[in-house]
Amino acid sequence: MSEEEYDDIDLSALPDEELVEQMHDDLYDGLRDEIVEGTQILLDRGWAATKVLDEALVEGMRIVGIDFRDGILFVPEVLMSANAMKGGMEILRPLLAETGAEPIGKMVIGTVKGDIHDIGKNLVSMMMEGAGFEVIDLGIDNPVESYLEALEQHQPDILGMSALLTTTMPYMKVVIDTLVEQGIRDDYIVLVGGAPLNEEFGKAIGADAYCRDAAVAVETAQAKIAEKRAA
Amino acid sequence: MIACGALAHELVRVRDLNNWNHIEFQCLPASLHNHPEKIPEAVREKVRENRDHFSKIFIGYADCGTGGLLDKVISEEGIERLPGAHCYELFAGSEKFNALHESEIGTFYLTDYLADNFDRLIIEGLGIDRYPELKDQYFGHYKKLVYLAQKEDPKTEQKACKAAEFLGIAYQQELTGDTELNEVLKVVVNDSGPVSDKQAQG
Repeated sequence: MSEEEYDDIDLSALPDEELVEQMHDDLYDGLRDEIVEGTQILLDRGWAATKVLDEALVEGMRIVGIDFRDGILFVPEVLMSANAMKGGMEILRPLLAETGAEPIGKMVIGTVKGDIHDIGKNLVSMMMEGAGFEVIDLGIDNPVESYLEALEQHQPDILGMSALLTTTMPYMKVVIDTLVEQGIRDDYIVLVGGAPLNEEFGKAIGADAYCRDAAVAVETAQAKIAEKRAA
Repeated sequence: MIACGALAHELVRVRDLNNWNHIEFQCLPASLHNHPEKIPEAVREKVRENRDHFSKIFIGYADCGTGGLLDKVISEEGIERLPGAHCYELFAGSEKFNALHESEIGTFYLTDYLADNFDRLIIEGLGIDRYPELKDQYFGHYKKLVYLAQKEDPKTEQKACKAAEFLGIAYQQELTGDTELNEVLKVVVNDSGPVSDKQAQG
């Protein structure tokens, strides 16, 4: 659809179902202003924040995730979609907190020491939050001490580590080995991700799973939490 | 030698300098840099295409962000590759590169090839031409651009400098020449055993 045609759409005039579909399209096209507007309209119509999140934003990003995996969308487009979702999340976050609903799990996540790359980590953080997890993001360049401190302070279910460089990914093993040494490895589900990683590497360093993208991270986190709670 | 297109000029220059006329290069597109996960299978395909036509095949890639997957292909195909993590390390030498990285981890590196093709590979390749707002997302944590120059060329230097300006970060130039690459290739050509990372440290 051309930009002019977009300008012609009055989101507030659309019935709920069409508005949600339009928001999926707008997320796909990375239109942040439209997502902010659509989110506010649905809230004004009495939608619960969780319903807006699940049906409009998370579902829209699920479609984006599928097309990314299938090679139809590429990283820049996914980042624009994520930026649009972030716009909606900024409105929903305080409302979701007000509901007092228990998060489905808690995750501490950070890029490892020596690495300043955080695009993938930020996507995972946002998608995890969208899926109902509480996320504590430690940012970039984290030494093992930062992870340990955050684990002790926040007592999460999941520890997520990210690295973009071949030279920094081995640091994940340093963190996991430290958890083992301290006898706390099994207290956490350890998920790892980043462009140069693969499943084999995840297994070799003793992580619970390697997640190739943000959508897989969410699915894996949900499955692992369910497993842990059923045990 | 099956090599990354980003190394083509330097490899040919070193070959010609040493009169290694028995070496032939076949290059894969440098744009694979933006999709390192595709490098291992692209290399394997090229190796198999050429296996029957050459007495020895060598891979002109470092690990290049493949996280060990290229090494898996190399081991399965019974061949060898250039040492190190990436071409920046190869050109600068491990010692110098590690010192650069340790002095500022937020460093973005350019080689001659990347400086000459910055607009195509970085600005267009990462979609910054279409979505300028992504520039900060990609480069927000970078503090410095280091141009590892293989040859002195004011035009390329100007492009590297302009790239730093575009990214809004400090600029530094380090003339590496082809010395490190030359040393590594000498080992390959003399076939005096496997090329180890240690040898690349020069």
